[in-house]
Formats: sequence, structure tokens, C-alpha cells
Amino acid sequence: MISPKKILKRYLLRCVGSLFLISLATSTGFGVTIRCALDSDVGEGGRFSKALALEWAKKTGNTLEYISRPNDATATLQQFQQYWAAKSPDVDVYMIDVIWQGIANPHAVDLKKFYTEDEIKQFFPAIIQNNTVNGKLVSIPWFTDAGILYYRTDLLEKYGYKEPPKTWEELTEMAKKIQDGERKEGKKDFQGFVFQGKASESVTCNALEWIYSFGGGSIIEPDKKVTINNPNAIKALQTAKSWVGAISPPGVVTYSEEEARNVWQAGNAAFMRNWPYAYALGQAPKSVIAGKFDVTVLPMGGANGKHAACLGGWQLMVSAYSKAPDVAADLVKFLNSADEQKRRAIELSQFPVMPAIYSDPDVLAKNPWFAKIPDVLKNAVARPSTVTGADYNQLSTAFFQNVNKMLSGGQSPQDTVQQVEKVAKRLMR
Amino acid sequence: MAREIDLMERQRRLAWFLIVPAVIVVLLVIGYPLIQVLVYSVLKYKLDGVTPPSFVGLGNYLFILTDSDFWRAVAVTLIFTFFSVTLEAVLGLSVAMVANSKFKGRSILRVAILIPWAIPTVVSSKIWAWMFNDIYGVVNVLLTNLHLIPQKIAFLATPITAIPVIIAVDVWKTTPFMALLLLAGLGLIPSDLYEAAAIDGATAVKAFFSVTLPLVMPTLLVALIFRTLDALRVFDIFYVMVGGQGNMATMAIYNQQWLVSFLDAGIGSAASVIILIFIMIFVILYTRFSKTSFQ
Amino acid sequence: MKEEDTKTILLRVLFYLLVLVILVFNLFPFVYAVVSSFRPSSDLFSTDLFPKALTLDHYNQVFKDPRFVAGLINSIIVAGCTVLISLALGSLCAYALGRLPFRFKGPVLYLVLTMTMFPQISVLSGLFVMLKALNLFNSRQGLILTYLIFTLPFTIWVMTQYFRSLPRELEEAAYVDGAAPLEVFWKILLPLTVPGLVSTGLLAFIAAWNEFLFALTFTVTDTMKTVPVVISQFSGATSFEQPWGSIMAASMVVTVPLVILVMIFQYRIVAGLTAGAVKG
Repeated sequence: MISPKKILKRYLLRCVGSLFLISLATSTGFGVTIRCALDSDVGEGGRFSKALALEWAKKTGNTLEYISRPNDATATLQQFQQYWAAKSPDVDVYMIDVIWQGIANPHAVDLKKFYTEDEIKQFFPAIIQNNTVNGKLVSIPWFTDAGILYYRTDLLEKYGYKEPPKTWEELTEMAKKIQDGERKEGKKDFQGFVFQGKASESVTCNALEWIYSFGGGSIIEPDKKVTINNPNAIKALQTAKSWVGAISPPGVVTYSEEEARNVWQAGNAAFMRNWPYAYALGQAPKSVIAGKFDVTVLPMGGANGKHAACLGGWQLMVSAYSKAPDVAADLVKFLNSADEQKRRAIELSQFPVMPAIYSDPDVLAKNPWFAKIPDVLKNAVARPSTVTGADYNQLSTAFFQNVNKMLSGGQSPQDTVQQVEKVAKRLMR
Repeated sequence: MAREIDLMERQRRLAWFLIVPAVIVVLLVIGYPLIQVLVYSVLKYKLDGVTPPSFVGLGNYLFILTDSDFWRAVAVTLIFTFFSVTLEAVLGLSVAMVANSKFKGRSILRVAILIPWAIPTVVSSKIWAWMFNDIYGVVNVLLTNLHLIPQKIAFLATPITAIPVIIAVDVWKTTPFMALLLLAGLGLIPSDLYEAAAIDGATAVKAFFSVTLPLVMPTLLVALIFRTLDALRVFDIFYVMVGGQGNMATMAIYNQQWLVSFLDAGIGSAASVIILIFIMIFVILYTRFSKTSFQ
Repeated sequence: MKEEDTKTILLRVLFYLLVLVILVFNLFPFVYAVVSSFRPSSDLFSTDLFPKALTLDHYNQVFKDPRFVAGLINSIIVAGCTVLISLALGSLCAYALGRLPFRFKGPVLYLVLTMTMFPQISVLSGLFVMLKALNLFNSRQGLILTYLIFTLPFTIWVMTQYFRSLPRELEEAAYVDGAAPLEVFWKILLPLTVPGLVSTGLLAFIAAWNEFLFALTFTVTDTMKTVPVVISQFSGATSFEQPWGSIMAASMVVTVPLVILVMIFQYRIVAGLTAGAVKG
């Protein structure tokens, strides 16, 4: 029996609760209410997006509600899945990861309805191809990401190297020499090369880059053929395995992006593979390595290899359960227009998805290193998420668990590709 | 005589009044999710929004029970549960007894022992993962500076070192839970019993075994069953510290992987039911073992 | 005589040493986190043990954000109500299970226990659907309801145990005097179970305060989010960056109310059946 006292207390608390400030995020207007689930507005990126979205609302006379997503991508996917499973009209616009196209497909509106052929041509073709599932444009690219090589210009100079390495062999040699030299001088914690080896999507990206750069394909090709079990892929993995304990710390198998950056930014690494976000952080005023590094495209696997960069980035999609898809699409087009892309490039140093913007003088004035990026993006390799659809996570899990096991010394590269091939073939049946 | 029967009746009626609301809340909260899990577990149900669910009987169960990944997860979970619960019980009781004694500064101790439990798990796991990092981790820095190890160890890279570390962190975090419950349980022991024991010439050790342990046993058993159930469902600490490493998944991580990452509601739900059955087995064992009867 | 003195002194020293070890072991990571929260971001991952400089930047960032304060208030409301309801429902139910004649005590106790036998993730989508159906989605009441899943079972079990252990003489005396069962509960037995109430209350509060998964899934708007969800949304310019300085600072701030709560209530954790109750 719950006493009346308790009921009263609960009621009072409920009243107090509802007296709370309502949305700090609504801008009132007439028209339609659109809700978008985008980057958390606690961070700079989210703040920028939110301001932009509110601007749109004012301009078009609609009401906007901004929903912040959690920082972690898996938590975000989990949250979105609840909405999608319930076919909820509660959110109109979602920002989705580049690898969720297959998963999000059934819940998205075909954006070809709102973009003309010419408009679509303005975007990077590789990304548009990634976002198209069975002819349907699931989402439009918003900002993109690709894996790049960071290198210490001061150390390269010190040890007599004029240019960053072009092949993985060169990198291994340079990293070893620099590491030995620095350690002899007393920097016991210095590492040659740090990357992401953690058993998560992080190592999937890294390993895909190694394999693709040796000409080993991308696990499953867009035409559904499973190609992982080939000598080039095995060579790539063998090379990576040889780094652990030699030029990379044994703990690299637990490193995701931040752990690698932490070692690098404290000045304890000669080379790092990471996403572009680390550039601005490295150049921050209080950073130990500010002004002492630069970036370039990742090395090739031997003279016959190719430069590879794993494609990342986020896209915008309109919910199939939205009550006002046309208005939602209008918001998407606004957030994504060429002008906004340019602003985003200048203010947040995020990669625009339209090649034209990289030659814009204002953008280059703020971020001169963007000049190298179109080359990087030309070499972008997309993870086989579109071809595997809703099964992508299963493939990625099999891949990253086996690669991680190999890096820790638990199995050979041959066994690794065989295990992955088994799972891939099962999924493609 | 009549008054006694009357009293019994009033007590019986009151008992119903008091128990039924709690039972209703339980059924309300857990009823639908339980039914959903049971129903989905016999379906082939991919949450891709395209394939319609179909009936597969025990197919999902068979898949899981023949999956070596699942049994590995079971092994990891059981090892973790055994060591962490045992250590937490022993340490929890010791800490509770220290906090129960009268000495200067015991209030500070009582607050301090609760701090590990009070910090959010994801934060404290991350702090510990930091501290055990192979380059900048405090543990490695200290151990190498004190020349206790020749070079830094990547603790979280392999199961041999990672699982003891995770157990240690969990013991750090959860001993307060045990200690707090046991502290309350120790409070139930009348101090005159200790006085009587002292008069009879019993040593501190004897007093512990003949007075303390038997009287704190009921509370200890309750603390044990809850701690064991929690340990069998462990997720956060493994997820944060060793993430997706396949050889260190727990049953709950396995479950989440199928349900959320792989979008397979069928297998995910079947995994949930299997875990439930596992836990029920433990509960039954516990009932047999526990001397307390509830009838 | 002298030998005994030395022995006592030695024991006392050992005892205080033990206390010291317990304190250090429990507090070291906490101290480390506090120190980190004052370290500038660029210095967070250097291999030096002691920070070269201290800064209040992280704390400023945390407090500047109105969402964090809103989250704190939501957490207080949700955790507070969860505890009150669990203790109210739980102790009444426990009194009946521990003291009154009832035929199905065992089954009820085990039924209640089933609530804790599921991994949280298993019940997530079921609860999501249910909350939506009951129109409790994105509300504090809905969240409180789901939190009862983990606070109610152990409150009931621990308090049942507590009531069972109380000596019968007290009630019998009261019944002889003509008291009603509820009166006996309220005036005589409940006060004696205060240590149990405080312990389970504190543990329930902490569990609800730090709970993340349900809060993340069942709240959407900023007005409803609890503090763990707000912290999980701390990000930098991109979602790769994790602003550990701010996260540490926020976590320290979040722990403070808990510490205060414990400090206020810790005296009531150990009451014991000493003073007069039994003897009287």
C-alpha cells in the first residue's frame, strides 16, 4: 500500500519537474516541427550544426528541435535502432555513419527524389556510390574522413630523410632508425609508429588500408565476390604483424584513435596513422608537437601497390517515418549546401564532400594542408558495408577479431584470411 | 484464543495488502519484456526492416549452444564471477568489520570505502584502463621506476594479464557494495553477545567464528546472491577495458553483439533466455546451499 | 604487564596500518582522477606522474553548460524518487514476508529475484515498446519505473532478512497490549531497521544515479536527460575526440552529492540492537 504521502510527494515532484525549462533548443516559428538527431551540441561540431539548423528554421518559418546523439557511434546506432524498430516519427533527420547505409536503408527516404543528377555530381563519386543501395540514395554525404599518415618533420630532418615514406617498407626502415636513435638519447617511451589495433571498427579501417595498399582488395568487392584470401592480403597482414613489438608498442592492440593520438601528441611517436581530427589538436598552442609535423597519404604496399585511405565520415538521411519528409529534405539540403560546406571546412577543419571546395582560396588560407586531401580521397577505399548491408557488423567483427588476434601473436596471417573468408562467404550466400 | 485467531487473520490480510503492490510492479515491469524475449527467441528475426520473421523452433538455441564463441564467453564469465565474488565477500567482510569498530576517524573510512562504488562505472573503468596503459599508464610507470619489472607491460592486450586486472578493478569497485550490506548486517548483532564471549574467555578469532560469522551469515548470503547475479551479467567493465577482443567477451557482451551489432533479434533473444537459465541454475544451487528457509 | 602493553600497541599499530591500506587502495584512483581533472588537456597523457601546471578550464567548461546542471537536477529527482518508492514498497513488502503469515513467501521472493536475472540489454527493446505504449517514454516517471527493476529486488530481499532477524519479544509485547499489525510495523519494527534502510537506500541511490543504458535509451530531450547521459555526450569538434579533462571534471562533480549523502547517513548505517531496545 503506497501511502497518500508518497503519492503527493511524487505528484509535487512531477510538477516541479515539468516546470523545468523546456527545450533550450527550440526556435519557435509556425510551419512544421522538424527534429534532427545530430552531433552532440556540447562539442564544437554539434554547436555549429545546431546553430545552422536553427538558422534554417528561422529562415523557413519552421520549428526545429535538436536532439544530441551520444558521442560513441555504437551507442548512437543502438539508440537510432530503437526508433527505427518502432517506426517512430519522432525524428525526421538522422546523421548516420558511412557504414550504416545497409542498416539504415529500409528506414530512409530515397534522396534521389530531392536531388537532381547535376547536384549529385557535385559530390565525391566514391561516397555517393557507397551511399547508394540497390539504386536508392540512402543518405547524402555531409562531411568526410579518411585515414592519413602523420609524420614528425623535425625528426625526419634530424635523421636525414628528405621526404615522408612512399612505401610501407620505407616507413618501417625510417621508423626503426628514428626509434632507436631517440631511445638511445634517453626517450625510453619513444615509438616508431602508432596506429589503431584495438579489436573494434578502428582496426578494421587500419587493416583494410594495409590490405588495399598491397593490392589485396577490400575483403568483399562491390560485385559481391569474396576476395580476402589472396597472397597480397597475406603479405599486407604479415607486414603489419612484424611491426608489433618492433616499431609499434605491444599495447597497440588495445589502441583506438585516442590512445594512439595520446602517444603521438605527447611527442612519443615518429609516425601515426589516424583520422584528420588529430591535426588541429596537434597544432593547438599548448601542444608539444605544434609546428613539428605534417600529413600525407598513407604509404603503398611495395612499388606495385596503391595509396589507400579508409573512407569515413557522416551522412544525412531523412527518416522514412517522418511526417514531413519534404521539409526535412529541405533542412538536409540547407545543412549540406556548398556555402555551408565551405564554412565547416574553415571553422571546424572538417573535410567537405564536394571536390570543388578544396581549391577555394579561403579554405586553403585557413587549412593549407587541405591541398593534399583530394589526392587522399581519390584513393579512398570504402569498407564493404553497402554490399553486406545489415550484415556488415558481423563481417567487421569477424575481421577485426581475427586481425587483432593475429597482431597479438595468436594466429598466422594465412589463418586470419581463411577465417574471415569463411564468415564472408557465409554472409554472401 | 479467539483474539489470537483474529490477530492471525488481520495479519494475513495485511500481508496480502502489502505484498500484492510489489508483485504487481514486478509483473508490470518485467512481464512484457520477458514475453517478448521468449517469443523472439523461437523466430528467425533479422532487424533489417525487410525480412519478415519466421518460426524456427529451437534453431537459434542450437546455433548458440554449438557456437564456440558462446562457450568461451561462458568460461570467461564463470572465471570472473568465481574470483571476484569470493574476493569481494572476504574483503567486504574485513572492511565491514574494520568500519564497525570504534576508532578515531571511522567516519572518514566509512565515506572512503563507498567512493569506488559511487564513481560511474564507465568513468572508473576508463581511469583504470588509463592507469594500466602500456606507455603512459601510472601502474607501468611506477613499476618500472621501482625496477619491479624490466619493461612496460601491455596489461590489457592478452587474457592472461587482462582478466586478473579486470577482476582486480571489479573488486576495487564492488567491495563497497558488499561492505555496506555487511556493515548493516553486523549492526544486527547485539554487543552483549560479544561481552558474553569475552567473559567466557574467547579470543578474537573464536569470537568471530562463534558469534560474528553465524549471525552475519543471513545477510552475507543475500549479498552473495545479488553479487553473483550481477557478476554473471557483467558487461560495462569488460566492454570499456577490453572492448571487442573475441577471447574476452562475457555472456552479456555476446548477447549484446548479436542483438545490437548483428541486428539479430532471434539469436539475441535466445541468448538472453540461455543466460537466464544459467542464472536460474545458480539461484537453485544457492537455495540448496543456503540454510535460511523462507517458509 | 609490560608485555601486554607492547602487544596492544603493536595490534593497534597494525590496525591503523590496515585502515591506511584500505584508504589508499580505495581512494588512489579517485585522487588520480581528481588530479587529472585539474591537468591541462595537453598534459593529460604525458608520462610524468606529477602535473606541471594546473588549470580550472575543465570545471569551467562543465559548469558553463546549462545541460549539465539540468542533468544533475534530473538525476536527483529520478534517483530520489526511485529510492523513496523502493524503500516504501520494499520495506512494507519485506515486513510481510519477514514477519507476517503468508503462504507464498518463497515464490514471491523468487519472482522478485527474476527481475535481476536478465542482462540489461535483453529487456531494453521490450521496455522501450512498453514505455511507448504507456506513454511514459521520455519521462522521468518512465525512467523511475524501469529503475525499479534493479532497486526493488535487493531492497526486498535485504529488508526481509532484516525483519526476520529482529527478536520476536518486541512484537509480542505490543500485540499483548492490543496494537494493530501496522502500528507494530511503524512504531516498533521499522525504527530498528534503519541501518538496513539506509544501506539499501544508499546503494539504490547510487545505482540509479550512475545508471546509463536505460537513461540513454528512454530519454531524448535535454529536459529529461540524467547526468551520465549528458557526460556521454561530451565531445570535441569531432566524435573521435574524447575530452577527458572535462569528463573527469564532470565525474568528480557528479560524485560530490553522493559523498555528501554518505557523510550525512553513515552514522545510521551501524546502529545495532544495543541501547535498551532488547533489554527494555
